[in-house]
Amino acid sequence: MNSIDKPTPSTTTPTIVVREAAAPRPRWQVLLIRPETVTLVLLVVATIVASRLSPFFADLGFILESSTYYIEFAIVALVLTLVIISGEIDLSPAAQMALSACLFGTAFKAGLPMPVAIGVSLLAGLVMGAFNGFLVTVLRLPSIIVTIGTLILFRGLAQVLAGDKSIGGFPSWFVGIDYRMVGIVPVPVVVFVAASVLLGLFLGITIYGRQIYQIGTSEIAAIHAGIRVRRIKMGLFIASGLVSSIAGLMVASRLGSVRYDLASGAELTMVLIVMLGGTYIFGGRGSILGTFLAAWLLVIIATGMTVANIAINAQLTVMGLLLIVSIIMTNAIYARSQR
Amino acid sequence: MTELKPLVSARGISKSFGGVEVLRNVDLDLMPGEVHALLGENGAGKSTFAKILAGVHRPTRGTIELGGKAVEIGSPIGAQRLGITLIHQEPISFPDLSVAENLVIGQVGGKPLGRVRWAELAKEARRLMGLLNVPIDVTVPMRGLSIADQQMVEIARALASDSRLIIMDEPTAALTPKEVETLFTIVRRLREEGRTIIFISHRLEEVRAICDRVTIFRDGDKIETAETASLTDADIIRRMIGRPVADYLHRGVGHVGAVALSVRGLTLPGRFENISFDVRKGEIVGLGGLVGAGRTDVARAIFGVAPAASGTIEIDGKPAEIREPTDAIARGVAFVSEDRAIAGIFRSLSVETNITAAVPERIAPKGIIRRAVEKALAKESVEKLRIRLATVRQPIGELSGGNQQKAILARWLLAEPDILILDEPTRGIDIGVKAEFYDRIGELAAAGRAILLISSELPELLALSDRILVMSEGKLTADIPRAEASQETIMHAAVPRSGRHTVSGAAA
Ligand SMILES: Nc1ncnc2c1ncn2[C@@H]1O[C@H](COP(=O)(O)OP(=O)(O)OP(=O)(O)O)[C@@H](O)[C@H]1O
Ligand SMILES: [Mg+2]
Repeated sequence: MNSIDKPTPSTTTPTIVVREAAAPRPRWQVLLIRPETVTLVLLVVATIVASRLSPFFADLGFILESSTYYIEFAIVALVLTLVIISGEIDLSPAAQMALSACLFGTAFKAGLPMPVAIGVSLLAGLVMGAFNGFLVTVLRLPSIIVTIGTLILFRGLAQVLAGDKSIGGFPSWFVGIDYRMVGIVPVPVVVFVAASVLLGLFLGITIYGRQIYQIGTSEIAAIHAGIRVRRIKMGLFIASGLVSSIAGLMVASRLGSVRYDLASGAELTMVLIVMLGGTYIFGGRGSILGTFLAAWLLVIIATGMTVANIAINAQLTVMGLLLIVSIIMTNAIYARSQR
Repeated sequence: MTELKPLVSARGISKSFGGVEVLRNVDLDLMPGEVHALLGENGAGKSTFAKILAGVHRPTRGTIELGGKAVEIGSPIGAQRLGITLIHQEPISFPDLSVAENLVIGQVGGKPLGRVRWAELAKEARRLMGLLNVPIDVTVPMRGLSIADQQMVEIARALASDSRLIIMDEPTAALTPKEVETLFTIVRRLREEGRTIIFISHRLEEVRAICDRVTIFRDGDKIETAETASLTDADIIRRMIGRPVADYLHRGVGHVGAVALSVRGLTLPGRFENISFDVRKGEIVGLGGLVGAGRTDVARAIFGVAPAASGTIEIDGKPAEIREPTDAIARGVAFVSEDRAIAGIFRSLSVETNITAAVPERIAPKGIIRRAVEKALAKESVEKLRIRLATVRQPIGELSGGNQQKAILARWLLAEPDILILDEPTRGIDIGVKAEFYDRIGELAAAGRAILLISSELPELLALSDRILVMSEGKLTADIPRAEASQETIMHAAVPRSGRHTVSGAAA
């Protein structure tokens, strides 16, 4: 296309017009070489394999039902996606879930009315998120270290607060959120889908979403462009705390009780979901769609392995491999489009 | 020279990126002991050609012979082994390593597990920097060095490599005449040693001063190779651009209004001291000085990137507390940083996103991005500054250096600031677009904006400024009205001299 429609070198006509150097890469190619596409393909493959394994998988109801165990983490992973795109990380959400849920349980046991206890839990999430945000944006400490620290701190506080016993006895309207359905869809799944749509729109079409990408791509350039980097990061950490406390309440409702070890180890599940969805660990790239698909991928794989009677240890190994493979894929794809 | 065999013969070199051909069938011979200029507009393919010789890119088609033998240059290390070194247009370095460490990175020959002898390393580094006559402490990290200093480190690294072919991609873009002269002395010495130098620059006077032959590119085609002396500037420009470029004429000092920016006693220990000046509405104030004089530091302080320790800034007569860039932007200040790679572009994001980054309220008045508005703004800028690209959705990192610079300028022109601080705004921009950019700056001033222009290019300072401030070693040393400004008066004030009186409170 270049030698035909180009003026020959000897032309001396003024070329003031913008030269569209040539057509961009074909659209299908751009679409195909995206990490989300990889996630989607994996999801399809996993579903096919799983339905060979067990006829249960042909049943949407079964998948939805078994998803409720992971969906709380998936909801947090949506916000974590934004945090990681902005170039930071938050490893403390699982501990925040535990501490805010234990605060909720303690407040309830102390005789406070349910709405107040729920309010306490949400407030706790907000404060914990703001604390992370303060350490990262004001004291300018690296978020990976900060949130490893607060992950231990929050979990420890939960244990101090609740001891080793579980707190329960919540009113029946509060318990069993995973058994309430909208049609055939459990309420937590509805929450997840709604949150995905909202956050997807937030990231995709609002200026704040755009600025999150810009910050993650180059923080220094973002500062020079007048983007309120610290304010946005603070907001993201607070959002992470808030969503963690909501997820903590959902777990409390599902289990009917809370304990200090609620959601223990789940920070890795959350990071796994975000990474599987093709979000770039160094920031600047990623999408809510990817995280959404990855959440279902995880549900299928984990449930599939359980149905196939694979031991828990082996399941962990598979998850670990999956994480590594997804990071390699994502990196390879982004490296390709880099240069 | 004709009896010599060429050191490098490139034949039929073509290169495509994702289906877009950016070099077409380029033949080029480089002689031993010659300094060869590559000229062309932004995006003509100069850096791409240089990168092919240096193993960064592989040609889509074509062959390269080195010293009569066909070679495959598969990687930068491979190129290094063959004796080819490239000084990149964007200095790339390891910002957390020291200058000395950066100097030896990429050198081949060391034993993989050999001990690092730090003392020797530092000594060698000092020797290299001594050659270049630049006072850079080799033990400090690269981070925080000015672009010019980074450029000097890159040059020193190339000198350390003992290569047969040294390619310099716009090495002088951020340098002042003094550093350029030092560089030229070195280049002449290298030429005498029989080495080949490729020199890329948009400054024709430099090409005349140092280059034996020139090769002109346009739109990926090689137009001509000729002895430098056989072409006039007009010939060169016509071959590069395909049309004559009007000389920029100073618009004449227009209506100068009230003081827009007033700086008093600004001090940041170790960087600059007691800086005081005013910039009025409708005025273009130049800020000259040698590399390292502290000009960029003053600009960064005013914009809040690295605020001063003491002193005051007033905007429109009101004291302004500027702690970070958002404060400055809220007061109508814009700043084009010299460091486009780090502080300017969002490398992997689209050109349109990059251009509209500083005007969120224009593309998203209610928080929701209006794609059509964004695209229209971006396209308008692309046309105005003739940014060369495939599509505005292309990642900006794929654009040539000069075109990236144009996109950053476009970003701040869109912001319509009241006070515009430009730090080396035309670094890497070709002659054709420069004139257009000067016109835009003139228009902005005529519309009552205040402009502070930092430039290492004296002709640019002289052409645009109504008044020129000069800094030397962190202090203001002169405030020269347009009528008295000349290369001599500026350089006189710029060269450090101990015990000279400084102009304090130099406001007009
Ligand atoms: N990695 C890449 N992907 C896609 N296109 C590219 C890439 N690198 C360069 N190009 C395109 O190749 C063309 C030539 O670029 P090149 O960097 O060689 O220009 P140049 O002559 O060095 O310009 P400048 O004077 O601005 O530095 C440009 O149109 C640029 O957009
Ligand atoms: Mg270039």
